[in-house]
Amino acid sequence: MTEFFISNLRDFWHLTGFYNATWEHFVMLAVGLFFIWLAIKKDFEPMLLVPIGFGMLIGNIPFNTEAGLEIGIYEEGSVLNILYNGVSAGWYPPLIFLGIGAMTDFSALIANPKLMLIGAAAQFGIFGAYMVALLLGFEPDQAGAIAIIGGADGPTAIFLSSKLAPNLMGAIAVSAYSYMALVPVIQPPLMRLFTTKKERLIKMKPARAVSQNEKIIFPIVGLLLTCFVVPSGIPLLGMLFFGNLLRECGVTTRLAKTASNALTDIVTILLGMTVGASTQASQFLTAETIGIFALGFMAFIIASSSGVLFVKLFNLFLPKSKKINPLIGNAGVSAVPMSARISNNLGLEYDPSNYLLMHAMGPNVSGVIGSAVAAGVLLGFLA
Amino acid sequence: MKKKLSALLLIVMVCAVSATAQTRGALRINEIMVQNDSSVVDDYGCRSGWIELFNSSFAPLEISSVYITNNKAVLNISDAQERKKMMYAVPLGDVNTKMPKRQHVIFWADGEPTRGTFHTSFTLTPGQDNWVGVFDASAMNVIDSITVPASLLANTSYARAIDGKENEAEPEKTWEVRDNLTATTYITPSSNNIITDSNTKVETFKTQDKNGFAMTIMAMCIVFSALLLLCICFYIISKIGESISKRNKAKSQGATLNDMPASKHPEHDSGEEIAAIVMALHEHLDAHDQENTILTINKVKKAYSPWSSKIYSLREVPRR
Repeated sequence: MTEFFISNLRDFWHLTGFYNATWEHFVMLAVGLFFIWLAIKKDFEPMLLVPIGFGMLIGNIPFNTEAGLEIGIYEEGSVLNILYNGVSAGWYPPLIFLGIGAMTDFSALIANPKLMLIGAAAQFGIFGAYMVALLLGFEPDQAGAIAIIGGADGPTAIFLSSKLAPNLMGAIAVSAYSYMALVPVIQPPLMRLFTTKKERLIKMKPARAVSQNEKIIFPIVGLLLTCFVVPSGIPLLGMLFFGNLLRECGVTTRLAKTASNALTDIVTILLGMTVGASTQASQFLTAETIGIFALGFMAFIIASSSGVLFVKLFNLFLPKSKKINPLIGNAGVSAVPMSARISNNLGLEYDPSNYLLMHAMGPNVSGVIGSAVAAGVLLGFLA
Repeated sequence: MKKKLSALLLIVMVCAVSATAQTRGALRINEIMVQNDSSVVDDYGCRSGWIELFNSSFAPLEISSVYITNNKAVLNISDAQERKKMMYAVPLGDVNTKMPKRQHVIFWADGEPTRGTFHTSFTLTPGQDNWVGVFDASAMNVIDSITVPASLLANTSYARAIDGKENEAEPEKTWEVRDNLTATTYITPSSNNIITDSNTKVETFKTQDKNGFAMTIMAMCIVFSALLLLCICFYIISKIGESISKRNKAKSQGATLNDMPASKHPEHDSGEEIAAIVMALHEHLDAHDQENTILTINKVKKAYSPWSSKIYSLREVPRR
């Protein structure tokens, strides 16, 4: 009888986290706690970092993987695995894009369409990182998946990496969201570095009022034009513009509200938590992950810089009255609305009456479209 | 109005039906062996000629109720029922007739349809041209057909060089003879005619664009052109919108477009400035017009009910 007790207790001990823990688990648990701390104490993208951080805790609790308990995120049939299907099969990101479309007011962009080009220029961050990733020895499909971090668009990064390099998806997603959270730290020094005081004081004309008809036409024309050029962007662009049409058409208010509130919240919770849980120590703590984080950081720097530099270049061809404040160039990355807010804050720092928020929203939302197009291009070339 | 709606619905239905037809149209004859003396055997351990079909689409394809035949005379018969009698119908009700994307099935041309779904009612004849056709469920439309030349030797197959694809530049190279003698001429029943172990697109980029310059230039051009197209389009739309609103304004004032003064943006028309003026008036002069105004802020409506009250059902979130 005693032996029976001992043997069962020993078996149970072998199932516990204490028995199966390795130092890698503790490193990942610490990273998860750090993310939660950043979100709660520093207010860095809490909507994303809390689910991801807590997901890291869930995904890195050690257990006996050979016991067949069906609890791990990579074990087929487990609850976490079922929830993770939205990430691995790539259907969470388009749902998030539906919500983004339903939340986004494209007026600033419609009023001043030339700002779309800033969003295009900022995508150079993606392809700059692609070149460096190739140089570091990554395969072209892996390099494409890593480089998309430069688009500063978490859902796009997850979508593309699930198609091109599923094994790197955890690291890519965490890297993308981490840098998105760090946009207020990364971008201002670059914006100061590449602009003169005179340029920072440029006041832009207020945007014209945009009619309801224009707002309705935008998602329809936007979808048709962009997806005819890049059909592989249909899942993301289709949902983005669909969400925006729900918002602007005026007859589907309930659907727009659901898409922008409840649906987005639900998918964000599931996406963040499962992405966090997918960072299991055995898969995450590799040399590749360090490379991905370094490349992601570089991609962000290139993207932000190229947006600012493009505005400076663009200004050379614009009349004096229509010059663009280069402080909105950083908003070409699609961290909406964080990077537009940074443009505004920096503008106010140099001239308290210079509100750049609405002007910066133009490149910011065109960055969303641009990064989805760039993802479509990479998918078309490499999938 | 009802007629218009009915017409619209009809168009939508026709489109839907043609979309279905398009999916069935993805079925391709991929490889054929006419005389099988030493190649693969079926579930009964018997050797016979075989026809490999390939789902060339990236979606599952249900092939039950398609028709397969080696009788070219069916093309001269206009009656669908007569045609159906002359062909082998893939039966309904077999789960194996749902082909996954980009996968193959083999039909044994042994003249023994009672042996199962994948055994046809006809056989192929060595030493003569063998025409094989696949028809859709109506039996009137050919999905794919091929004539296997009489010169095809025993235990060799006639296969597409690339699975499911036509060689449009050189159509005569679409099909080739496979004899198992070299690595490139393997007979591949129920598997890809070209066996690849890597993504060819990735391999091409790896060898021809080592530093990523070409990808960067191409991709940035595409991104710029997509957004430039959108930019130009909305520039044009905004101009059209402006001219329409001008015309409407002129019409409402009973004037012609030429009589209207050229509109120029006033110097102080920004929202912030107007808001500041209004606030200043409110704060310091306490002046109010008694005119009707339009509120631009939506009223917040709180439909309270104790049944939906969070006070009773949830605990308060702790404040930081």
